[in-house]
Amino acid sequence: MSDKSPGAMDYPIAETQPDRVVGARGRSINDLTIEMVVDGDVTMEDLRITPQALLDQASIARSVGRTMLAANFERAAEMTRVPQEEVVRVYELLRPGRAASRDVLMQAAMNLRDTYGAEKLARFVEEAADVYERRGLYRQRF
Amino acid sequence: MSNQADLGANRWRRTDDWDDRPLRKDLFAAEDPESGFSAFHGVADPKPGISIVDGKIESMDGVDAADFDMIDAFIAMHHIDVDIAPEAMEIPSEELARMLVDMNVPRTELTRLSRGLTPAKLAEVVAQLNAMELGFAYSKMRARQTPGNQAHVTNAKDDPLQMAADAAFAVALGFDEIETTMRVARNSWSNALACCVGSAVGRPGTLFQCSSEEAEELEIGMAGFTSYAETVSVYGTESAFIDGDDTPWSKAWLAAAYASRGVKMRCTSGAAAELLMGFHESKSLLYLEARCLCLQRGMGSQGTQNGGIDGAPLAASIPGGVREILAENLVAVWLDLECASGNDARHSESDMRVGAKIVPYLIGGSDLICSGFGSILKYDNSFNPSSFNGEELEEFLVLQRDFEADGGLTTVEDTLSLALRHQAIGALSHVLSDLDLAEVSDEMKRSVAVASGSEDTDSFDAGDASEISEKIRARGITVLDVIRSLHRGGFVEEAENLLFLVKLRLSGDYLQTSAVVRDGKVISAINDPNEYSGPGTGYRVSEARRKELAAIRDELTRDEVLRFEAASQGAESKRIEYRTMGAAKAGTDPTEIVVGISPGFGTKFYQTTAGHALSAVLCALRGGIEEEGCTMRTVRLLHTADTSFLGLSAARLSGSGVGIGIQSKGTAVIHQRDRLPHNNLELFSNAPITSLDHYKAMGRNAAAYARGEMPEPVVVKTHGEALGARYHARVALIYAIETAMTENNAPPEEIDVQFLGGSS
Repeated sequence: MSDKSPGAMDYPIAETQPDRVVGARGRSINDLTIEMVVDGDVTMEDLRITPQALLDQASIARSVGRTMLAANFERAAEMTRVPQEEVVRVYELLRPGRAASRDVLMQAAMNLRDTYGAEKLARFVEEAADVYERRGLYRQRF
Repeated sequence: MSNQADLGANRWRRTDDWDDRPLRKDLFAAEDPESGFSAFHGVADPKPGISIVDGKIESMDGVDAADFDMIDAFIAMHHIDVDIAPEAMEIPSEELARMLVDMNVPRTELTRLSRGLTPAKLAEVVAQLNAMELGFAYSKMRARQTPGNQAHVTNAKDDPLQMAADAAFAVALGFDEIETTMRVARNSWSNALACCVGSAVGRPGTLFQCSSEEAEELEIGMAGFTSYAETVSVYGTESAFIDGDDTPWSKAWLAAAYASRGVKMRCTSGAAAELLMGFHESKSLLYLEARCLCLQRGMGSQGTQNGGIDGAPLAASIPGGVREILAENLVAVWLDLECASGNDARHSESDMRVGAKIVPYLIGGSDLICSGFGSILKYDNSFNPSSFNGEELEEFLVLQRDFEADGGLTTVEDTLSLALRHQAIGALSHVLSDLDLAEVSDEMKRSVAVASGSEDTDSFDAGDASEISEKIRARGITVLDVIRSLHRGGFVEEAENLLFLVKLRLSGDYLQTSAVVRDGKVISAINDPNEYSGPGTGYRVSEARRKELAAIRDELTRDEVLRFEAASQGAESKRIEYRTMGAAKAGTDPTEIVVGISPGFGTKFYQTTAGHALSAVLCALRGGIEEEGCTMRTVRLLHTADTSFLGLSAARLSGSGVGIGIQSKGTAVIHQRDRLPHNNLELFSNAPITSLDHYKAMGRNAAAYARGEMPEPVVVKTHGEALGARYHARVALIYAIETAMTENNAPPEEIDVQFLGGSS
């Protein structure tokens, strides 16, 4: 396995470096055969993308100038550590009028940072908190 | 106007005819920029501009940073590259417009500059291009080189069996992506399972999405049933965005959420959404779309479903609206986004408007030409009728063949369609039963397999689907359960195809821009970039693909024409006999009408294009001639197969000086010996609509001319049929065979026609 950040030449990773592709439980993609599935040895966790895979894709996207796509993959890499309920909860808070004040969003950001080490996501939520305040988005809608 | 003639009406009746055409069901809105009805020139559209101080944006498109609404703010923070903006914004819009259509300016240079362009600048540039230039620039700028297409698979009953069968058919047609949605919101899990199983039949790799409520769609994705999402809608005004119950940040959060679960996603935006929602701010469709698209790039979406979309019918009601849709699609690909280019919600009741709209996308290609081609019948489309639907599928296949353009689809033979439907129904029935979700009877399976649409089925209805859906959700069934079940039921290939699809999410390769799966491999803008730089470059239809595009149902061949004729030979030989009596001589009987038949008449060809046996045609001619007291003499002309010359040659052999020339296909002429070849007495050129009564009348008139009268010419009424389209391929094949039978200077033969009394 190469430690070098992959670029366009390494794409698709699943073809050029299949060894690099593993699921959330560390199992290689090559081990996920139909027999293994049938035998019940494969779980949905084995089919979950890893932060490393997303960072690899970010690196490939950045190598061809797609910096914003890369930034999204980097946020996503952090989000792999965030449980589904929390992902949905923060999404809900980011919708207009859901958070009653800036503090609610700042609290969510702190939680992302402290609990999940999700620095980029935390900054993203903080950025929203500022704009929402300026645009009066903390008003109740229903 | 008191001196106007009294016409007994105040309206030309042609206007009534126009009123009856499907086009007039469409509404056309007057341009009214103040009210948001302007494609390109909103009264409140800002002038492009940007001011950057110490790497910070101080103002953009005439708005100071302090006054940015949330859309401006997001664009300024996440779209504008402050290192590129000064250079890019400095370039005059005319020059950028020229660069877009200049094949010598690489796409990558233009996408680089786009990162420094504001929405108003992007809009100003593309507005300079006419429709042809927009189409060309779109083709040059789109991200992935190989074009693709996306299908809708839904039905009016949310019947999972039909959904599986229709998904399998859509896969066979070649769609890269399949999208479903529900009539009843709670049926999402059932629909997802059904399409997921159906799309695993035949080949692996077709991506699948279930358009649903945001949180639920994410859950269905996490259960592994779906592989992409495109319902992340964005809007071009702050009020519309809030009314849509989201913000750029909440939508960007979803973009990251999908990627974090290994699911491909794209955003959605399209002209006139803001107008529909009542928050247009007196800005043009194009400017608002440019804002939406800058947002999407800023959010880090790999792509967009863009080009009118649900607003297409409203956009198309405005002058220039269809051109605007092309323009916004161009902005999307210029911003380096995958573009699923609309052409879904049907923008018109006029087939002609629909056909015209698709052409630039079909010939120029698009990542996904339709972001929802209705692979099912119109009434089964739970989104809305699409531009193209199950009804019009073959029209699309023929357009591909006409233009030798790859719209991503390939004809599926009927036997294969049925086999695939049967397989999909079998696979899903097994899974439903095996996972204790529902039982399927043989009658249900049979009714669905052959059904064109849900009105023909006797299967599950929406209520049954709700029960199935709730069981899947409540029991937390995942794609792994389905794979195991398929395998248990002997549907090993389908199980493997499904596993292939869920394994895609591990590497994340298909999260990159414009990714689809072809032949089991991910292709995207990374490994299949559009590198168009003039003729011979970019996507070209290979010879093998060209043959696929050409191979539509029921092509006519020369052999087929001859087989068809040979099939009538037996019956015709019982009705008529043509005895060759040696060389034909000029006659002297002033009451005779000579009928000159073509070389293959009755010997190689046996019926007219209208389907009349040639024996019956000769019988009718004779009947008419004899009714008027003349006699018919038949000669076979061997030196020509041309109607005029057949007629003139016959006339010159005729004692009355009047002759009839007739070709095997039924085209006939009444001629007179002293006339120039093409200056005939009467021509019957529309053989496909010429009846036996017409031939009889032709005989009567020929006799009248022989008596020196000028009868009322026989008129074969047309009803505007496109006879060329209906018959010319067959006619040309027949005529080529017949002209090959002619021989220069061959003398005419006297023919003794014997009617044998066989039924005709």
